[in-house]
Amino acid sequence: MSAFTGIKTIAKRELAAYFDAPIAYVFIVIFLLLAGFFTFTFGQFFERGEASLVSFFSWHPWLYLFLVPAVGMRLWAEERRLGTMELLMTMPIAPWQAIVGKFLASWIFIAIALLLTFPAVITVNWLGNPDNGVIVAGYIGSLFMAGAYLAIASMTSALSRNQVVSFVLAVMICLALVMVGFDPVTTLASRWASPNLVEALASFSVMTHFDGVVKGVLDFKDVVYFASVIGFGLFTTGVIIRSQRA
Amino acid sequence: MIEVNQLSKAFGAKVAVNQLSFTVRQGEVLGFLGPNGAGKSTTMRMITGFLPPTAGSVKVCGFDIVEDPIAAKRKIGYLPEAAPSYADMTVLSFLKFSAELRGLSGSDIKKAVRRVVDLTFLDSVLGQDIETLSKGYKHRTCLAQSLIHDPEVLILDEPTDGLDPNQKHEVRQLIKRMGETKTIIFSTHILEEVEAVCDRAIIIDRGNIVANGTPAELKSSADLAGSVVMTLRAREGSDIQTIQQQVAARPGVLRSEIIMADGARLVLRARPDRMKLQGGSLSGPLAEWAVQHDLGLEDIRVEEGRLDDVFRALTVTDAASQQAKNQARAEAAAEGAQA
Repeated sequence: MSAFTGIKTIAKRELAAYFDAPIAYVFIVIFLLLAGFFTFTFGQFFERGEASLVSFFSWHPWLYLFLVPAVGMRLWAEERRLGTMELLMTMPIAPWQAIVGKFLASWIFIAIALLLTFPAVITVNWLGNPDNGVIVAGYIGSLFMAGAYLAIASMTSALSRNQVVSFVLAVMICLALVMVGFDPVTTLASRWASPNLVEALASFSVMTHFDGVVKGVLDFKDVVYFASVIGFGLFTTGVIIRSQRA
Repeated sequence: MIEVNQLSKAFGAKVAVNQLSFTVRQGEVLGFLGPNGAGKSTTMRMITGFLPPTAGSVKVCGFDIVEDPIAAKRKIGYLPEAAPSYADMTVLSFLKFSAELRGLSGSDIKKAVRRVVDLTFLDSVLGQDIETLSKGYKHRTCLAQSLIHDPEVLILDEPTDGLDPNQKHEVRQLIKRMGETKTIIFSTHILEEVEAVCDRAIIIDRGNIVANGTPAELKSSADLAGSVVMTLRAREGSDIQTIQQQVAARPGVLRSEIIMADGARLVLRARPDRMKLQGGSLSGPLAEWAVQHDLGLEDIRVEEGRLDDVFRALTVTDAASQQAKNQARAEAAAEGAQA
């Protein structure tokens, strides 16, 4: 059996598990409501008077802060709670295949939720003439950011059999990643810390790398950043799982 | 074929499994016995590759579980202790999922599911969510999962736990039947099960093997094994004590004891002197002697020995280890007082 089949089988089961539970639909509805709410009120979609989705995308780092850990928290915690970890780890697949399979399933789930925001694209196209390339870049960037959050949630999910604990941990880590690059925080911090330090920390931030995405610039650097957070999160998930079996 | 060589596992300072070595051949069913916490599940988890061993090695059909885990795991079907499964899946989708992970595809999956569903009698609950099933069905669902790829090696951790007597019987028959062609290790607390199913049994206690043999061999090591129980009709004027002493004086008898004596019957047990008998039987000569002396012999039989006696003699109960601990503590305290 190829590695791909193993990943596919795991991902298929995991995705089915999301949609089997009513919580998936609740999640999607909340996501869409909040996305719309932020875009049209705080984001001042109309007041901006420009045909773009800046007001939509710029809220995503905050929107994902709670919603993505909620999606990722069950990945491994549930497996440990049910005791199915023992089954999964004695199947003839490598642990990394299970880790990647589960991650992909939750990422696909978020992607589906994100695709359902398409009315925003229709609206802005109906009202004006936006640069649709910029919008596509925004969606891709947003999806990458969600992946980074998810990899962190996967890591914290492996730490505890309690989903609430893994949720809170994931939110805290993601919040830290947002904050170190959040303008009000960096302005405040640069008053007493050296600007170099503040800038170095900010370069680790989700905000710093999502900024360009919102403006429609999908920089290779930013994609590398998100991909490395994903790689780090999944690798650490593997380390945690291995250490728990020892 | 399973080869376990000097296998050890330590959790921190606590040694759970201590240098176990044994081999299970193809076509052999090995019963794994031991009190709770003896290291049975830990050993099985190492054999199946869930836990890495601290030292030693496990080979499954020639593949080392640490060096070549995927190849070894392919050969194994495993039923973990708590029989876990995904609560939100139906029995059918869970079995299909297991089959796919085992590398089956297309019509092979259908066939495999059909086969294990028939073996484990899951037909009536195929479409049901696992969380709605009773404990027995959940257990059998997980058992079915372990059989889905028709593995050469089966590791079953308490396969009859939580089943009703009929289901227990079915599962035992199933293990016995599969044991003719496969290599099977299963753990249990039920000693009759070992006698009914196993070709060989290993008793482990606190991580060490304390007995390894066929059920008959193990039973013969019981304290009472080989002793002869005679039932005599009581005669007028015959003295119970005299008869007991006469029996004790027969060649090959170590001592005799009265099990029961009422007005009508006398039941005696003669313990063999194993050194003098040298494998000979005690019952023949004793029966002859009793008939010659007209003692009114009604019944004579040789005790086989009971597996639970062997088990209790070889393993330490919690109460006994607690006692030993208390004693050690008391001694230490006494020494401290002396100093």
